[in-house]
Parts: sequence; structure tokens; C-alpha cells
Amino acid sequence: MTIPSPYLLEALIIRKVFDDFVALDDVSLKLARGSFHALLGENGAGKSTLVKCIMGYYHPDGGNILLDNKEVSINNPRDAHNLGIGMVYQHFTLIPNMTVAENLILARPHLPAMIDWKSELAELETRMATMPFKVPLQSNINTLSAGEKQKVEIIKQLLLDSRLLILDEPTSVLTPNEADEVLGQIKGMVDDNGLSVLIITHKFREVTGFADEVTVLRRGKYVGSCKVAGTETKTMAAMMMGSEVIAEPLARAETKQNETLLEIDQLSAESSSGETAIESLSLNVRAGEIVGIAGVSGNGQRELVEVLAGQRDIANGSIRLHGETFDATRRQARLHNLHCLPEEPLKNACVPNMSVAENMAFNNFDIPPYALKGLLINRGRIRERARTLITQFKVRTETEDTRIGALSGGNVQRAVLARELSGDIDVLVVANPVFGLDFKAVEEIHNRIMAARNNGTAVLLVSEDLDELLELSDCIHVISGGKLVYQTTPSEADRSVIGQHMAGH
Amino acid sequence: MNNVLRIDRLEPLIIPMTALLFALILFAIFITLVGADPFGVFHSIYRGAFGSWFSWQNTLVRAAPLMLTALCTALPARMGLIVIGGEGAFVLGGLCSALTGLMLVGSPAWFAISMMMLAGAITGGLWIAAAGALKYRRGVNETISSLLMNYIAIAVMNFLIIGVLRDPATLNKPSTYPIDEAHMFVDIGNSSIHWGLVVSIVICLLLWFLSRRTVFGYAVDIAGGNERAARIARLPVGFLVLATCFLGGASAGIAGMIEVAAIHGRANTSLNAGYGYEGILIAFLARHNPLLIIPAAILMGGIRAASGLLQRSHDLPDATSLVMQGIIFIVILGSESLYGRFKIFRQQHSSERAVA
Repeated sequence: MTIPSPYLLEALIIRKVFDDFVALDDVSLKLARGSFHALLGENGAGKSTLVKCIMGYYHPDGGNILLDNKEVSINNPRDAHNLGIGMVYQHFTLIPNMTVAENLILARPHLPAMIDWKSELAELETRMATMPFKVPLQSNINTLSAGEKQKVEIIKQLLLDSRLLILDEPTSVLTPNEADEVLGQIKGMVDDNGLSVLIITHKFREVTGFADEVTVLRRGKYVGSCKVAGTETKTMAAMMMGSEVIAEPLARAETKQNETLLEIDQLSAESSSGETAIESLSLNVRAGEIVGIAGVSGNGQRELVEVLAGQRDIANGSIRLHGETFDATRRQARLHNLHCLPEEPLKNACVPNMSVAENMAFNNFDIPPYALKGLLINRGRIRERARTLITQFKVRTETEDTRIGALSGGNVQRAVLARELSGDIDVLVVANPVFGLDFKAVEEIHNRIMAARNNGTAVLLVSEDLDELLELSDCIHVISGGKLVYQTTPSEADRSVIGQHMAGH
Repeated sequence: MNNVLRIDRLEPLIIPMTALLFALILFAIFITLVGADPFGVFHSIYRGAFGSWFSWQNTLVRAAPLMLTALCTALPARMGLIVIGGEGAFVLGGLCSALTGLMLVGSPAWFAISMMMLAGAITGGLWIAAAGALKYRRGVNETISSLLMNYIAIAVMNFLIIGVLRDPATLNKPSTYPIDEAHMFVDIGNSSIHWGLVVSIVICLLLWFLSRRTVFGYAVDIAGGNERAARIARLPVGFLVLATCFLGGASAGIAGMIEVAAIHGRANTSLNAGYGYEGILIAFLARHNPLLIIPAAILMGGIRAASGLLQRSHDLPDATSLVMQGIIFIVILGSESLYGRFKIFRQQHSSERAVA
């Protein structure tokens, strides 16, 4: 008779290599039965790769996966489901125009060709009684809030009899209050029902608040694992970041906040589906100040930034720069030194197939000395300037002629920063500037934004990361349903009050 | 790093060449199935297209309009639009230049030819720009609209040449009155190649220069590569859509003008001979690069020129060369999906990920 292993899942010396890039370098993870285990690491540390190896999306180049002390081979996600491993993804996988019940029933494997909805619904209702939280079965998915959708995703996995639930950054789309509620209920299931949970995160708050154990990865390597109780956040941070030197946060300089540079006046705009996304929104940003906009994604932030970036038409209202109405032309943007750093810069501000040098010249390829007489492109000058910017902004690229799509996320962001932050900037619009970047890049980019502010730039910072807003902003607005609903300053801010306003209460 | 031969730079050359080879193999199988000898057929195509000075002349005369109709697809494609309305722009460009020629009978040749060319260019340009405007303003799919506009253009021409514009002397083949003999393109030296070939090559070179070396071309590359990036740079995307469509249509219109001024001397249904459709194939073969369109058009012109010989010496129907073109088109289109799929072309990228 074998001694039962205390571990439900063991992933031992897993190795995964892409081309010649080692994504996982003999990483191990041991997850005790009935525990809430956090997988902690910066972006690019290999957390997602490891989980994808466990789920069968990737085939590891080395190592074993043991479930209940028995080696298993998981070739695809279906195998993982059959073994009782379920995963909730960062983004929703629900069908928006169907009801919750329909979504839950359709997720079942081996559905018959004809579905007997009546009996399926009856069975679903009995099973729902055993679930940790309630969801409105008859509602359409698109009427649910993000938190409710997240709950449906989790219930979907629980209905599939998952013993092990893997959550990939489950709180990135939730308000702080919703996040606490969902994680708290999952924690309850771990304690009461013997569910095991593996949660991918980079937020210490979630680790210390809910997890029993933590495993830390750094740059594809296993750093260590420990019990959360009795481990200081500082220790975990050190494990996560290693000996990397992180720039000191740049101090907020006293600036004379006088002239209002950006005025948004009664602005309305529609979303891509034609619904009102922003409604009569008014906002001023003065020189030398960072105005932050907090909110759960999907409350009009994207549309607001798109309007300012020229990617969306104004339905009503106006934007004024230096007191003059802005007509969104290239000439005026240049005249008023308006610059934008949109989220997902590769998708929003770059042409992936053009070179780094070409991408860096989008703002000035049509003026001398980069264009002779404003007509003929001088590629030599464009490349020369790109080389300077690459050094100055520490963009890691083979040459300036490499296509920008081949760079890592942080380096694309640095390249776009180099383009937008060199030269005079009067007004800067920034959206989720550090999404998906590692600590080093985050600190560096925050410092550049702060430096611009200290030099008298009016900065509008739209972010879904409350910590980022509290660190950088002089003043924070909360956006909900396309309107600014609450205003505070970082020194007076109360997380839960902000959270309530984000949720629209 | 730059002086080393970079294999990843060769990808846009190797993939279409391999695709072309594959298409020829498929065509050889087809030829074998219909009972002919594929090697003999390939030899005849070569003889008919490039085997002698006579066949070269034939090939080049056919290649001239193809270069220009290819531009009609290639230029909007740089903006991410798939326009297949070259046939319509060609037909209407030819018709309007013939009408302009008729109004200018007796005027100096340089003036008349310039005006006819201008008329062809403006007509073709506005025709395709209309498809671009429909796309940009109203979201109408430019591929469908430009295709349907071909039928309108052909119908308009037929309506006019059968009706009010008909020269009563043309009984079997309704045509307009002929333009002034003195306004016709002459042949170069004692060859049978007319000056239209030179005009076509010059236009290809000019548009290559425009797309590679000017601010306009750079803006088109940005807007065609990522419209959102173009908007954030506040480039006039609508203008760029209209301008590329206009230039493409103008090229096809000039092709129609050359066909009238160098071959037929009048506008009639011969204009509607498929040059516009063949241009689509050439544009894709050349990956929408105006410079590469020149050799691609010569290749396709050669296949067209050889079809007569195929008929005579292998007893194959005239449509055989169309089958060949069709196979090439499908294979080339299919090969578009292969870019970035081969490890050998990505050595540069992987070494970069290691440092990133």
C-alpha cells in the first residue's frame, strides 16, 4: 500500500523552450490537497506558460506532472478536464447573448445532439443549490457585471466537477470590492469543501489576504515556495524581483499649477456598438498636474482615450487645448504638443510590420529634416534619430531596422514612449501604460510620466490599476457608466469608497 | 550584421517563387490529364512568350496594359483595400479618352494625346475613388462594390456605343467614330511595340517612387499597416483612401486610353477583354509592389501571348492559358498565408527574444 501523498498536483522539473528562448527552466510546483496556492511572479516570469503546460495547451519539453501521486499525461485541455482540473481565464469565455443557464449547460462535455432544456434546467437548479454563490440563471450574459460574469465562469468549472481550479489573474477585471468578495467565497470553498485552488497573480494583497501557500517564479526559473502565514511581503517581493535594481520612484516636484491646458467640455461619444459610452463628461487638466481616472474597464475610459487620440468621433461637446477648440488635425496636435500613449501600444500606436526606426518617426516623418522640403523621406536621418532614441530610452532591439512587432511588450512600450516623450509635450494622455510589464519597466515608465509632469506637462492618466493612480496622480476622478461620479486626492482617498463609486453605487 | 546575407529578407522572394513552381506542377498535371505532353506545352509557352524577338514583342505589347491595371489593385492594397474594379476603370477610361480624342480631331498630337490621357486618368480615378468613398464613408465592402461597378461600366459603354455614340459604319461591331490617325501611339523603331509600353513602365516607376520615397507613401504605409496607429498620428485616413484609390483607378484608366490610342483607334467592346481582371492576379503576384509589377506583368503577358501557339501546336483550347493563370492565382493567394510560418526565415526574431 502506498502512502497517500499530501499533494494533489505536482509539476516536477518542467521545462519549456520556444525556439531558443527558455520559458520554463526546470520549474517545480507542489500543490497540497485542499489548499489555496498562489503562483506569484512578474510578467514574463513563466506563470502562464507553466499553467498552460498543466492544462495541456503546451507540451513541456521535459518534466512530469503527477496527480494524486500518479504520473498523468495531459495532451490537451480535454484531458485536463477529465482529470478534474478546470481553468478560469483572464478574459471571459461566455457567449454574451445567451442566458447564464444556457452558457452553463453548453459547457458540459458530451452534449447530446438534441438538448432537453427542461430537464437540463431542472438538474442545473438542483446543482446550483450546492454552489457557493448565486447567479441569475435566466439573465442574459451581457446584462451581468464583470464580477457576476467571473462568478459564472467559476461556477461553470465547478459544475464540471473540477477538484482543482486554476484562476489566471481573476481579479484584473473586477473592482477591489468585487475581487475581495469572489476570492473570499472561493477561499470558503477551499476551507469547507476541500477544493484546491491555484491562482496566478502579481498582487501581494491577494496573496496575503487569501492564499495558504505561494510559489514564486522569476524569469522562467523556480525561486522558492513557502507558507504565506509568517512570510513578510517584503520577502516575497525580494523573491519575485531578485537582485534587479529598480529605479527609485521620482519625487513629485512642486509645480505652479496655473494654466489649464486641456479642457474637456460636456463631451459625449458612442461605443463601437452605437451605445452611449461617455455622457456629458467635463474635465480640466492644468499644467504640471496628473489627473487620474479610475474605473472598471468598460465604463467609457477606452472611448474617452480614443476620442482624445483621434480614433473615435465626438458625438457632442468639445475639447480645448490652450483654450482653443481642438479640431483633431495633425497640424493642431503638433501646434499644441498633444501626445498620446494608448494602452496596448503595438495594437494602437504602431505598425507591427514596419521597423522600429519607422515607427519612431510617425510624429515627424513629414517635416524637415526627416522629409526634404516636407516631401521626400530621408531614411538616413530617421534611422539616425532612432539610434539616439533607442540608446536614450534603453529599447532592447537588435537594430533600428528590426520590425517592431518582434520586440517584447516592454520594449514596444519604451519605443512608443521614446516617440511620444521626446521633445516638447504640453498635454499627455496616457492609458494603462504599464499593463503587462515587469517591475523594472513599470518603475521606469512611471518615472518618465512623473518627469513630464514635473516639467509642466498636463497629464491625463487613465488606468484600471488603482495603486498606479494613487502613486502618480495629483487628483483622481472615478468614471462609471460614462460619467465622472467621484473626485478625490490620493492623500484623502479611501479604497473602499473609490471601489463603491467604481461599482456605480 | 547588415553585410551578412539575411535569409529573412529573402522570404518575400522565395515564397512566391516556390508557389509559382508549385502552380506549374499543378498545371503540368492538368495538361497530362487532358492528354497532352506537359514538357512540350511548357516549351511552347516559352517559345510563344519569350522564344524569339517576335514573341517578345507580342509579350510586351500585352504586358503594357497589364502593368497599369495591376496598379489599380496594388495601390489600394497598400491601404489594406482589395479593389478588383480595374476592368471598369479600364473600360470607362478608354471610352472617355476616345470621346476626348474625337473632340480634339485636328489639334496638335502632343496636346490631344495629353488630354486623352488626362481624360482616361480622371475617369478611371474617379470611378475607383467612388468605391473608396463608399467604403470610407458608408462602410460598403470595396471588393464587392468595385466588382459590381465593373458591370455598370461595361453596360454604360455598351449603351453608349450601341446608341448615341455609334459610328454607323461599324455594323458588326458597334464602335465610336475613330480618333484622328495622327493622335495614335506609334511603334518604337521598327518593332511592333508601341510607346504605351514606355508610358506603362514610367508610371510603375513613378508610383514605386511615390510609395517608397515620399511622405505620401510613408503615410499610406502607416494607415495601411494599422489604421488605429494612423489615427493616433492624426493622419488624414479618408484622404489617403481616396488618393490611393484615385491613383490606382487613374492607372487603369490610362491603360484603357493606351488600348484605344495604340491598338483599336476607337472605343468598342474589345476594351472589355479581361485586362482588368488579369491585373488583379499580377498585383498579388508582385505583392503590391509597383516595381515588381513590371516583371510580373511581362510574365503574364507572355502566357497570354503564347495561347495562340498552344492552340496551333498542341490542339489545346484557347482557354488553356486561362486555366494556367487561374491555377497560378489560386496558388499565389494561398501562399499569402505562409508568411511567417517557416522557422528558417525567423532566425533573427528568435535570437532577439532571447535578449528581450
